[in-house]
Amino acid sequence: MADKYDIILSGVGGQGVLSVAAVISIAAMKDGYTLRQSEVHGMAQRGGAVLAHMRVSKTTIASDLIPKGSAEVVLSMEPMEALRYVDFLKPGGKLISAAAPYENIPNYPDLDMIHEKINSLKSSRIIDAKAIAKESGTMKAVNMVMVGALSAELDIRKESIIAAIKEKFALKGEKIIEANLKAFELGRISNSNKAEGAEK
Amino acid sequence: MSEMLVLGDEALALGAIDAGLAVAYGYPGTPSTEILEYIQRYTNKNESEIIARWCTNEKTAYEGSVGVSYAGKRSLVTMKHVGLNVAADAFMNSALIEINGGLVLAVADDPGMHSSQNEQDSRYFADFARIMCFEPRNHQEAYDMTIEAFHISELFHIPVMLKLVTRLSHSRSIITRNKTLPVTDLGTATDKLKWMSLPALSRGNWKNLLNQQEEFEQYSVNSSFNKLSLNKDFKNFGVITTGLGSNYYLENLEDLPIKPSHLHIGVYPVPAELIKKLAQNVDSLIVVEEGYPFVEKMLNGIIKDTLPVHGKMNGALPAFGELNPDNVRVAIGLEERKNQGSDSTSLPGRPPQLCAGCPHTDSFRALNVALENYDTHIVTGDIGCYALGALPPHSALDALLCMGASIGMARGASEAGRKNVVASIGDSTFLHSGVTALIDAASTNTNMTLIIMDNSTTAMTGMQDTIMTSPMIKNIVLACGVDPDHLRELKVLPKNHDENTKTIKEEIDYEGLSVIITLRECIHVVGKIRGEIK
Repeated sequence: MADKYDIILSGVGGQGVLSVAAVISIAAMKDGYTLRQSEVHGMAQRGGAVLAHMRVSKTTIASDLIPKGSAEVVLSMEPMEALRYVDFLKPGGKLISAAAPYENIPNYPDLDMIHEKINSLKSSRIIDAKAIAKESGTMKAVNMVMVGALSAELDIRKESIIAAIKEKFALKGEKIIEANLKAFELGRISNSNKAEGAEK
Repeated sequence: MSEMLVLGDEALALGAIDAGLAVAYGYPGTPSTEILEYIQRYTNKNESEIIARWCTNEKTAYEGSVGVSYAGKRSLVTMKHVGLNVAADAFMNSALIEINGGLVLAVADDPGMHSSQNEQDSRYFADFARIMCFEPRNHQEAYDMTIEAFHISELFHIPVMLKLVTRLSHSRSIITRNKTLPVTDLGTATDKLKWMSLPALSRGNWKNLLNQQEEFEQYSVNSSFNKLSLNKDFKNFGVITTGLGSNYYLENLEDLPIKPSHLHIGVYPVPAELIKKLAQNVDSLIVVEEGYPFVEKMLNGIIKDTLPVHGKMNGALPAFGELNPDNVRVAIGLEERKNQGSDSTSLPGRPPQLCAGCPHTDSFRALNVALENYDTHIVTGDIGCYALGALPPHSALDALLCMGASIGMARGASEAGRKNVVASIGDSTFLHSGVTALIDAASTNTNMTLIIMDNSTTAMTGMQDTIMTSPMIKNIVLACGVDPDHLRELKVLPKNHDENTKTIKEEIDYEGLSVIITLRECIHVVGKIRGEIK
């Protein structure tokens, strides 16, 4: 079992980046990790670029911020935002991004070019999170699809993440919990090595 | 003892609760807001008797807390760094009275200006008032220091500052809690001479405070939060860290071949004795401080130019923005870490913007169209979501200074002879510090138009209730002396655009002071209410 993970979570304000961080945090705690998770509140949340640093470790963590060149994973809810943080990846680190763009700026670059750049990285995967969320029963579960995809890269126990999702959505009712759990499962499969388009 | 996963702000809140807090006051401001919000949630959930309230502004909040202290109970007051400017009168003078119940000021700085208009360092304010300041670098320290700060406040009879920064306020980690102490009542202060800011009395009280400085420094020297570790086998350089600078230093420490001598400062006044000890053991110093070069500047007075000092003043670390593990790494002489590179500079930025369906967008659209009728015009803006009206697509604002300034600036520009001057401000900011400037403008019937964008909430900081409801704001405007014929209310909906544009133009044309209140609830408030009903 790895004793330390540095994960960069990115997206646009309102995409549920902080919920991804919350679920991973709760699950990591259940597995006996300590953690530091830096997030963005306030002005930056209003439709702007959002970045969270998530560090889980079996030993003391000094810094809230992840050093450049240290992250095991950059997980992004949005492809252009994914590219913004590639320099956080350590050599051999993996970039995982949702496929669909969030176009709230007039000068959004050509999407094919963005996807191409992501695919040109040594280790990367683009997940069609919207389609998977739809299949799970709620478009709101896109972020849990991404939790699933991320979880395939971590040694955090699957049961711990499932329990964390149940906790996170406890007040939202059975139906919502079920849809989010399904989104998680399908997201996890979409990034498992057996799935199509495996490691390059 | 129990473990909890909390924000840095929440760790501080829990420290206050467990220290036997009686009353907390504050004004919302990123990154400090979650402190008071947490105490409010805690008191609701636990049916606790703690009172936790938002106030009209930071000054009224601070004054309230001084009153609690006078009455003999422990009080916490919370604000962001620029909020302390507003509370500064009360804060500075509270250092000269004999604090009774513990008074802790939690102030959160925002280096890097994530959600602020400057990156002022509140340690200067603590020094300015000659009081003590605690600067936590992690969640456990935020918790432990808060409890200690209440103790120190009552021990030395001074207000004590707890200084946070964004990266701690908004980072989550695990803390271990002690048991919650009950609220203690020390009884109302009895010595009137120590509780009145009159020149004759203040002279004596100021002398007492100055005499206490040595005690404060002794406490600082002996505090476990100020830690000196010497390595007598390595003289090349020693390191002084403050705040989160310590975390970034420790993050890189394992890559240094040998551990340098290190002094971390977490409690102020600066422990000069420890700095001298460190300086005697090394040939140069590297100072790693989050915020301004506060300690670095003082070094000259303490070690008298005996050593070369590297820090923010000689460019070893950037004077602008936040520290991080990468810039600190270079400052202590290590190579940059290898990474996969990035062409992020070629990507367009994604600045924050008003939400889709936001009522402010309708206000700005109508204002912009109304202004097309004039060759020249000036629109002053204010602090809140509507400051985003400065950005495209609206680009509606010409000048923006600080909380409440839109109104005073508009008055000044108008009195300087400029035409078609408009001030724009939100409901909460108007009540915070716009009202007084409106009284000024009304006293001279200054030719200007004030638009109060009333969305019934303090939206930018996360939907805290405005201190007063919309109908009351109208009454306040009238009571300031505004002509009732030139107080207009507009419902800002897309379908009313033409009508609203016409009304705004009419009031700009009016030669005198007019006020337009644009009304519609923030879309998130509507969502919140619906959520509560469900």
